[in-house]
Amino acid sequence: MKRAYKAIILAAVLTTGACRKDNEYLDVQPKQVIPTETLFSDPVLVLSALANLYDRQLDFSSLDNGWASFVDFSEAFPSENGSSGIVQRNGWGYGEWGTWDYTYIRELNLFIQRANASTTLNAADKARFLAEARFLRANYYFEIVKRMGGVPLITDPLEFTGDVVSLQKPRAKESDIYDFVISEAEAIKDQLPASSDEKARATKGAALAMEARAALYAASIAKYGVNTPQVSLPGNEVGIPANLANGYYTKALAAAQQIINGSAGSYQLYKEIPNLSENFASIFYDKSGKNKESIWVEDFKTGSTKVHSYTVNNQPYSSSEEGGDAGRLNPSLNIVEAFEKLDNTYAPLATTDANGNPIYYTQQQDIFAGRDARLEGTVIIPGGVFKSQAVDIWAGYQLADGSIFSSSDATALRELPGTTQNIQVIGRDGPANGKEFRTQTGFYIRKYMDPATGSGRRGRRSDVAFIRYRYAEVLLNAAEAAFELNQTSLALGYLNQVRSRAGLTTPLTQINFDRIVHERRVELVFEGHTLFDMKRWRLAHVVWDGNQMSVDDLKSNIGLATKRNTQPWGLWPYKYYNPGSPNNGKWIYKEVKPNLVTGANRFQFGNYYSQIGNDILSNNPKIVKQPNQ
Amino acid sequence: MKFKYQYIFLLAIMCLATACKKDTYDAPQITLKGRLVYNGEAINLEYNQVPLELYQPGFGKTGAITTTFGQDGTYSMLLFSGNYKAIIPNGQGPFRWNENATTGRRDTVNINLTGDQTLDLPVTPYYLIRNPQITVSNRVVSASFGVNKIITDANARDIQSVFLFVNKTQFVAGANDYKIASAELAGNAITNANNVSLSVTVPAISPTQNYVFARVGLKVAGIEDLIFSPVQKLTL
Repeated sequence: MKRAYKAIILAAVLTTGACRKDNEYLDVQPKQVIPTETLFSDPVLVLSALANLYDRQLDFSSLDNGWASFVDFSEAFPSENGSSGIVQRNGWGYGEWGTWDYTYIRELNLFIQRANASTTLNAADKARFLAEARFLRANYYFEIVKRMGGVPLITDPLEFTGDVVSLQKPRAKESDIYDFVISEAEAIKDQLPASSDEKARATKGAALAMEARAALYAASIAKYGVNTPQVSLPGNEVGIPANLANGYYTKALAAAQQIINGSAGSYQLYKEIPNLSENFASIFYDKSGKNKESIWVEDFKTGSTKVHSYTVNNQPYSSSEEGGDAGRLNPSLNIVEAFEKLDNTYAPLATTDANGNPIYYTQQQDIFAGRDARLEGTVIIPGGVFKSQAVDIWAGYQLADGSIFSSSDATALRELPGTTQNIQVIGRDGPANGKEFRTQTGFYIRKYMDPATGSGRRGRRSDVAFIRYRYAEVLLNAAEAAFELNQTSLALGYLNQVRSRAGLTTPLTQINFDRIVHERRVELVFEGHTLFDMKRWRLAHVVWDGNQMSVDDLKSNIGLATKRNTQPWGLWPYKYYNPGSPNNGKWIYKEVKPNLVTGANRFQFGNYYSQIGNDILSNNPKIVKQPNQ
Repeated sequence: MKFKYQYIFLLAIMCLATACKKDTYDAPQITLKGRLVYNGEAINLEYNQVPLELYQPGFGKTGAITTTFGQDGTYSMLLFSGNYKAIIPNGQGPFRWNENATTGRRDTVNINLTGDQTLDLPVTPYYLIRNPQITVSNRVVSASFGVNKIITDANARDIQSVFLFVNKTQFVAGANDYKIASAELAGNAITNANNVSLSVTVPAISPTQNYVFARVGLKVAGIEDLIFSPVQKLTL
């Protein structure tokens, strides 16, 4: 009886449990992968997929690439001994700055294909998502073409069907890639929101700003490429024919003017704070709705993993919130002296009078008086203030006999000659040669520094956004395009808008190429433009010519586009010690080339377009090599 | 446990027997060397600037085996025997070499390597420096030389500048590490191409040395690489 009972139970279990249909048994939804159809049915999921694609955009200098991506090209000095190579090398490898991320392009193409195929998304969402992905793809192609020239233009996801040869695409012309960027921007601009409040996602303003910049780059490569005929390929994979220049300048001006006339949203220059330097600095940290200047940013958020260490790495040493973690990015005197005087003239910072005697300044900042307000908005000068703490930058005492009385560290106290009291003889923020994490040029960086308390702590870090496109650059793009099209008064109008915001209220009445180059340099320095601007004007091999820079080189020809700029210099303040002299206790300044600066940048023709790797060349024999490589 | 020293012998024998197997391949042993020449005359260049690329097809992926020419225009490589294609990449070197008549682009040359080989590569420089006389007195280095235009047809190019470079080591050129002093004369300031003079004062050298190296360089307009005279050692 008992056995029969067990058999019945077993039979019952088997019939109810085991006899499920085979296809039901195997058909289980995966829990860690979202199927394509599910993803493209829900706008929230689509946006999260898109967020990943946004995050993979490439920038030259960017806050998540770290401080070192800002430091090169003699505009700054790296005050971290492990990074001294940047100022000790004599040039760049041909592979430097290269990018070839076709994985990213494929995933953008897949996104576009799948979003297009989706039937469940509503039409407005779908149009916006598609436009955003196309914007990201165009912007990445723009980034590639700046670095590599023409590349294979792939706009559909390629499928491998056993035939490799059909997947091997030749390089497009350089102008084709720029044309693609421009036409994509035109095609998507009306599908994107025209709002100056949307910063982190693509907008009409972002598309037009990209178009204006891309058209301007293409135009200047066409116009100035004639100066370097060696930097071209016979199939125009590198190099743009000169006759296309005017067409591109016209497009650049038109696209910029669409932003300027307000059709993309109410963008305007940031003018919120009466102190013009503070105002300029806050463009880069004000993320409130008042900031109508930034157009498209890479945003960060404290308390998430998307934060950056820019402020931790570059804060002044004496007020560092993280012990010795500070002071790496030191702007050079080269860029500091480029900020012109308020009467629109250029002058080196006056350290000596006409007879070569030092000039004594009562206040430490006096030497910087009467300059472009952007100077103190971009760098922290000796005696300047960050987070309401003054920086303490001075290199030592200068004695009456001309000798220097100093020590290597502010904690190493010494007695001045004729006194018996141990005192501090060097600033707590430097400068001393080889003392890392404090300034070695006499300056700290201000641009992109976060004034929020705790932004200098490794545990919190900073959420200041990186601005990829902003309105002032759009104005400068418009000014340059108008200048090149001989519309001088229009160009002057745009240029003077940017200048008057910086306190240069006397409008310029003359414009020339040097002015354009100069204005972009001082307005946009440390925003990742330097290399690409110098490349497109074909000035890179001129300004970085590999020769050492003498103090005469440094102080002459300021404001000239072709000025040599191969080594970063510093400006060190000294206290004058000579009891009895009326100048006792006043400040003198000396131009100093930091000891670690031994290299001199040499930009070769082979650097204009980054090398294409051997693996790429041998995988695809249709790819032609870069010129001069 | 008692320590048995025989184990050490055993271990050593095992290591000897198994670890020191020969590598599968011998290292390349065939020398390919040569110079850049024009009518048998060596072409002098900046050290490590002008590359020579060798390709060996037939092994799947291809990539260049790259070397660069020395200051006196020499190169040497250790290779396996086989068929190679050599090219001096376009845009490199102050000379014309093996340009295709229709495209104007450089072509490869075939090299069949079976044993040690000396292969001079004949090139046509835009200019040559003739009879360089470099002397020194009172720390002033003076050079006089002639400039000979070699390419005079449609491909001719002007002289941008001539230089006199002085360095404390035997590497002498325009790059930052390769000169301690230099003098420059623009090409359009040359009045007599057969007699060009340049002079430069040698700065103080630390640590002191009583000799320097000097040579003359010529920059052709629109060409990156300079052409040089041979390096000369001068006693101060």
